[in-house]
Amino acid sequence: MSDANGSRTAALPGGVAGGSPNGSGPAAGTGPSAGGPGSGTPGGNGAARGYAPGRTLPLGVEIVRQFKRRRTLVMFGLLLALPWVLVIAFKLGAGSNQPATSLRISDLATEGALNFAAFALSVSASFLLVVAVALFCGDTVASEASWSSLRYLLAAPVPRDRLLRQKLVVAMGYSAAAVICLPLMALVAGTLAFGWNDVRVPGTGEIIPALDVLPRFAVVIGYALVSQFVVAALAFLLSVSTDSPLGAVGGAVGLVIVSNILQAVEALGSLREFLPTFWNTAWLDALAPQPQYDGMLKGVAVSVTYSAILIAFAFRRFRRKDVVS
Amino acid sequence: MKRAGRRTTWVAVVAVLVVGVAAWLVWPSAPEIRVQDQMITVVDGPKDDQRVTLDASFFPPAGGGRAPAVLLAHGFGGSKQSVRAEAVRLAQAGYAVLTWSARGFGRSTGQIALNSPDYEVKDVRQLIDWVAGRPEVRLDAAGDPRVGMAGGSYGGAISLMSAAHDPRIDAIVPQITWHDLADALFPNATGQGPESGVFKRMWAGLFFSRGGPTPDAAALAGLGAQNGQDRQDGEDGERQARQPARPLTAEEIRCGRFLPEICDMYQQVAESGRATASAVETLRRSSPISVPGKIKVPTLLLQGQRDSLFPLSHADANARAVAATGAPVEVAWFDGGHDGGNGEVDWLYGKTLGWFDRYLKEDSGAARAGGAFTVTRDGGRDPGTRRPVQLHATAAAYAGLSGSAQTSVPLSGPDQQVANPPGGSPASISAVPGFGGIGGGSGLNLSVDMAGQSAAFDSAPLTAPLQITGSSTVKVRVSVNTAADGATGEDTSTENAPGGDASGAASEVTLFAKLYDVAGGTQAPILPEGLVAPVRITVPEGGSGEAMVTLPAIDHRFDVGHRLRVAFTTTDLGYSTPAAPAVYTVGLASPAVTVPTYATLRTPSTGPAWWIWALPLASIAVAVALGLAGRRRPAGEHDPALESVPLRIDGLTKAYRNGELAVDGLSFTVEHGQVLGLLGPNGAGKTTTLRMLMGLIHPDGGEIRIFGHRVVPGAPVLSRLGSFVEGPGFLPHLNGRDNLELYWKATGRPAEDAHFDEALEIAGLGGALDRAVRTYSQGMRQRLAIAQAMLGLPDLLVLDEPTNGLDPPQIREMREVLIRYAARGRTVIVSSHLLAEVEQTCSHVVVMRRGRLVTAGTVSELLAGRTSADGSGTRLEDVFLDLIGDKA
Repeated sequence: MSDANGSRTAALPGGVAGGSPNGSGPAAGTGPSAGGPGSGTPGGNGAARGYAPGRTLPLGVEIVRQFKRRRTLVMFGLLLALPWVLVIAFKLGAGSNQPATSLRISDLATEGALNFAAFALSVSASFLLVVAVALFCGDTVASEASWSSLRYLLAAPVPRDRLLRQKLVVAMGYSAAAVICLPLMALVAGTLAFGWNDVRVPGTGEIIPALDVLPRFAVVIGYALVSQFVVAALAFLLSVSTDSPLGAVGGAVGLVIVSNILQAVEALGSLREFLPTFWNTAWLDALAPQPQYDGMLKGVAVSVTYSAILIAFAFRRFRRKDVVS
Repeated sequence: MKRAGRRTTWVAVVAVLVVGVAAWLVWPSAPEIRVQDQMITVVDGPKDDQRVTLDASFFPPAGGGRAPAVLLAHGFGGSKQSVRAEAVRLAQAGYAVLTWSARGFGRSTGQIALNSPDYEVKDVRQLIDWVAGRPEVRLDAAGDPRVGMAGGSYGGAISLMSAAHDPRIDAIVPQITWHDLADALFPNATGQGPESGVFKRMWAGLFFSRGGPTPDAAALAGLGAQNGQDRQDGEDGERQARQPARPLTAEEIRCGRFLPEICDMYQQVAESGRATASAVETLRRSSPISVPGKIKVPTLLLQGQRDSLFPLSHADANARAVAATGAPVEVAWFDGGHDGGNGEVDWLYGKTLGWFDRYLKEDSGAARAGGAFTVTRDGGRDPGTRRPVQLHATAAAYAGLSGSAQTSVPLSGPDQQVANPPGGSPASISAVPGFGGIGGGSGLNLSVDMAGQSAAFDSAPLTAPLQITGSSTVKVRVSVNTAADGATGEDTSTENAPGGDASGAASEVTLFAKLYDVAGGTQAPILPEGLVAPVRITVPEGGSGEAMVTLPAIDHRFDVGHRLRVAFTTTDLGYSTPAAPAVYTVGLASPAVTVPTYATLRTPSTGPAWWIWALPLASIAVAVALGLAGRRRPAGEHDPALESVPLRIDGLTKAYRNGELAVDGLSFTVEHGQVLGLLGPNGAGKTTTLRMLMGLIHPDGGEIRIFGHRVVPGAPVLSRLGSFVEGPGFLPHLNGRDNLELYWKATGRPAEDAHFDEALEIAGLGGALDRAVRTYSQGMRQRLAIAQAMLGLPDLLVLDEPTNGLDPPQIREMREVLIRYAARGRTVIVSSHLLAEVEQTCSHVVVMRRGRLVTAGTVSELLAGRTSADGSGTRLEDVFLDLIGDKA
């Protein structure tokens, strides 16, 4: 450490790589402790001691930053409560209705835990999970921008690509947790309410042993997750592009709505196969007596295609963006 | 540069839109077909003395010239309007199309003679004469047009009958039609002919009611049939129009528009439930069975799998009859028929068009789609629409209903006693004629066997899947239980088919044979396509009767673990059954069912679509390219000569979006230990400069170097910069302490370098540190933000309006903090409006105005310079106002 304390000139003794003065001066009332105020790493990139781009914004920190938010807790509370609400609804309605006579997925929901979980997934996948995923991914950067905390993270500095990567990983993680926690809680609620029974297949009414269908159920959840990639990626791109968290979430949900509307236009023919939501219900094929994976494969292909490009655009955009919030 | 890129993007988007819209507009739409309605008068009848006016429509071929003609016939109860859509499509495909309402239907006059050679067939011959006179129609010879015929059900039969009687017809495509109308209405699966057949009363009633006198028929006509065949599409108005104002005569009420002979015949057989020899003779005159060897033209037979009126066996008989003449024949079993199903309208149209292209246009390019035999099979559900998908299995040759091979499946079950209920009620249900369409297809299983009326014989669970294509056969043995027979021996009902007719030497037993697919468990057995085979077996007195029963032709896959079940019921809703109660004993004469299989039927394997792999790979490649293209690696990262200069700004320029320069060629240097005041009026570019300093916005020109390292977004040297610019930025849901700690953790630097205690002392928040930041006042946030900027005691501290929201004691304390901070060799840059504050705090100032540097120097120099000019003591405020006012 060179003693350049108090120096007001640019001239500094040679050999001090960072040119940073030792701040052990007694003049500071709130005097710093013995450690220097940050010595430059010799011959390095000019960073402060201990700084490494690869160590910035660790995942754990980002998870904690996001977890304590009311929005996160409310969404998870809702997803975890929904199966119980459904259980109550079925129990209340059970008195007025005789046992299921038709074979729709909703009529078979009370057959057992797995049937119930499939039902819970089918009613929530088209909208509730979309909103959850759009919320976690659409809000992550935009809310930082709206709080102005984004600029301090960037000036910390967290490199832009790394910030985006860490945020994407954490947002995807929360989205995945949301998509997974609902059917799992539905399994728990269904087991307690209706018992751990074999699966009755909607449409044909066939029975499949519960243990046979459990791995397929994992495939279903995995597919539900992958099919939300598009929503996640679009929400993320919008999140990067706007300072308004609501705009990002709403934009992604809006895309799903528009895609669903276009899907109803049969005149589009096979073009509809390339709509991002077209294959969203393909997971039902995995619960058929003879599972078919063709539709799910196509769904995964479409989903990966859109999300890869959207995320690439998000990174490109954020890299070039002037952060003015 | 950026603006130019934006403009390019917009131009590209607009260009793509314009090209798309233009392509949409220019894209060739289907040519418009101008319909010519025509009343054509024909003369027919056995003596060629009845004049009938037929309501016809002629659709000239698109593209002009002489084209082959197609006569499109409608189904029973329909009119020329029923086939209009298909006619337009064929005309667009280059055919001259003639549609007409058959005699007794629509606006045509005359009476219904059921495709009799004396009536309807003669009409068609004269229609072909008319077509031959059209200039649009290609001729093979004078008066002999190149002509094909197509139609469904009633229209299919007239195609076959006309082809038999008029050699000018070159190709036909009959759909869901009959080979022998007598057999269709009086089937007997023992093969003993319609005289002993079981009356298909519900279908027969529906069929004849559609030629009836009242508009009610319109309501019935819509049921059951698909594809506009045997249907009355939009006919109500037409019917009303031709309804005479006068009340109908008794004869009209009785017979509607039927020829009286036909009407009498139907009423007789419907009443008795037995076919008389003359009725069989009449019905067969209207059937291809009466013209063996005469249909010598290429024939494509499209028959519905869901058809209990004209089952697949009729198409099979027609195919054999035509093939015997050596003419080419192809057969397709599609998902449809009189009992509903998908209908496959587009696929049928494609097959029809292909057939005519091949044999009328002699278009060698019209490749044979598939083979001579096509079967529509269930392809599961479309994952997107959740709708059933049809697959088309094809074979090179058609081998008939016995398939390409037969397998014998053992059945077991004891002899069983079954009861025929008095009056035949309640009746078991297989299919409900006229209502088949309600189920919407394969999903609905209507079949119900009444208890005590059914004998069942099951196979063992299958160990391999079994695809049955064709008619299975089973040999049954029946005896009449005489104990039950004695009491009701007399046949007192109008039903002339006694179940237990003990008065004669022999009695007749009516049974309905069914082949079920039994999955076991809780699932109801499935009766494929709802088809049954009615049998009437003669049982000698005291003995037992045996018969080989041909079960309905189906194409059905029995899965592993499923059983085959052959069941015999005594009743069926759709048929006339004996009214007398009786008990029969039913057993198998040989304990097996012989099932046909068709190994050569292959479903073209579609395989996974190519884009399943191609699309994601392409998109990932694009994504990687996008990512790499966006990377910038500017040279001159580090200038060792400036190693010790905290900040040097050189020629810095930044333009707003509208092109106005926010910062314009700004250059200045900050040395160690300085407390620099950055001054300027609003809009001078101070904040923009600080943002560029933090790497938040990209300069358009020039550069910023901190300790010799060029500032780019995320440059590591920024870790030596502490900043507070344009207000605090905290996570409002976290408390102050967590905010600071998480911020420091986000920098990834060691916790001991943070000097939290000092920072917190500067913030001076006390107990409020543990409250959520959203509850803080502006001043508290301000102090917390300055504390955050000082975390890690950065070498260069940048504060933008640090005293906003602070009270005077805090302002004073802040001033001392900053001075002390710089005194330790660090550098502080303060941007402020409070000139008095700057004067007391800063050692140096930089004054900016409209993005440009106005002056730079020490405060004392600045003040001294002004003092000497004015000759009096002055404040920074005056100097500042002078400076920016000078050049206003």
